[in-house]
Amino acid sequence: MTGVIIAGAAETDQIGRLPDHSTLQLHVEGALNAVADAGLSLRDIDGIATVSAPGPVQVAHALGITPRWIDGTGVGGTSFLLHVRHAAAAIRAGYARTVLITHGESGRSRVGASRYRLEASSPAGQFEMPYGVFGPTTTFTIPVLRYMKDFGLTHEQLAYVAVAQRRWAAKNPRAAYRDPVTVEDVLASRMVAYPFHLLECCLVTDGGGALVVTSAERAGSFPKPAVHVLGTGESSETPMISQMTDFTESQAFRLAGQAAFAEARIGVADVGHLMIYDAFAHVPIYGLEALGFVGKGEAGAFIADGNTEPGGSLPLNTNGGGLSYTHTGMYGMFAIQEGVRQLRGEAAAQAGSPEISVILGNGGMFATAGVLVLGRHPR
Amino acid sequence: MTGKPVPVPTPETQPFWDGCAAGELRIQRCADCGRPYFYPRPVCPACGSRNVEWFTASGRATLYSYVINHRPAPGFEDEAPYAIAVVELAEGPRMMTNITGLPATPEALELDMPLQVRFEPRGDVSLPVFGPAR
Repeated sequence: MTGVIIAGAAETDQIGRLPDHSTLQLHVEGALNAVADAGLSLRDIDGIATVSAPGPVQVAHALGITPRWIDGTGVGGTSFLLHVRHAAAAIRAGYARTVLITHGESGRSRVGASRYRLEASSPAGQFEMPYGVFGPTTTFTIPVLRYMKDFGLTHEQLAYVAVAQRRWAAKNPRAAYRDPVTVEDVLASRMVAYPFHLLECCLVTDGGGALVVTSAERAGSFPKPAVHVLGTGESSETPMISQMTDFTESQAFRLAGQAAFAEARIGVADVGHLMIYDAFAHVPIYGLEALGFVGKGEAGAFIADGNTEPGGSLPLNTNGGGLSYTHTGMYGMFAIQEGVRQLRGEAAAQAGSPEISVILGNGGMFATAGVLVLGRHPR
Repeated sequence: MTGKPVPVPTPETQPFWDGCAAGELRIQRCADCGRPYFYPRPVCPACGSRNVEWFTASGRATLYSYVINHRPAPGFEDEAPYAIAVVELAEGPRMMTNITGLPATPEALELDMPLQVRFEPRGDVSLPVFGPAR
């Protein structure tokens, strides 16, 4: 089967608070940076993928691209991982040669951003909204008390996820928060939705990024080392957190991971670098277990024992993650970017020379999942 | 000031809301495989059968999980912090709800505690909430 590579990858010039950038402008800036990173011009792009709004038609038009392949998959923050997967299939099928995947989101400044609105007649409008849910802090968070009771995860272990990731962020000049924090600091931060304190919740920022995906036959003809797409997976579980099958594990994470690892023909021991979408501190715990890095109920202690922080055996969320680096709302693009940087050896907090990086993306509230297995070399 | 969100029934959910108005928790089950399910929809999620029926659930449940929300949604300003919970009905399905008649504290809200449905007026519908089992 034809190999597929990420030939270009870049974020917007700045991330954080960018009131002079609209959502569309963030897509455009990320796209231009990624295409330049690949040493290409916009004329070379014949496929486009992004979420709505603004969506692939608007982004392609803004850039003067006439696509012969379009993917508007919009299933939350993991969408960009699914775009990589779909682009790989399209390139293998000959539907496109060079695909541009863009993300931009004025999540904090809300410039040119669409307004999220749920109809009162939708399933969630009837069966969740009436109970005073107010965004992800009140829904994504609900499963964790069940996990804590069933598996003995402590408040201190949950807080330590933020501590470990801040240690990576401290090494990254682009991270929003870099000052060290302790478990006591996390537990003393403002209560948002018990048991989650402010420092266990992700940031809300502005930013963007983009990827250029093409055939591995062209590896070596770009300025940066090719990053090989070795395996991919996707799944969905539930549109409403209340209907998640088992509050102590993510079925979508597990299924997407199994598909990606099987396609890449790797096991957890082959993974040198890992990104797990961390909208909240419990998501890396669910992710480590769903991907099989630790047994059920073991991830909290695994992180608290230092295994995932600088110097640990399994570098996790090395940009600082959504908790400390940035989180525009659909963070998945930034998780992919960090995986690419680590494999190229150009990360701010470089974790050795990993041969394989795995990216686990979440969409919605444990609603959807995408997994990418990326490698320095083809397998 | 915005009021609390009022659910708007659709044809396939109307029997649920009619049940709430009558003080009954009516949910569906599959007439072929027997599995009860929630939220209302015209096909069994376990076996795909369209041969489904409504029945009145016991209203008994246990507390499956929750958060205590300190940043109130519009309309909930006077109630924060308040619990947003998911309960497991005695018949099996789970649903989101609010907990009434108990303080919104971790000490008062013990997972697996027995609960019983109650109904509160919300706009032009009755909303199922759960309180301590009587």
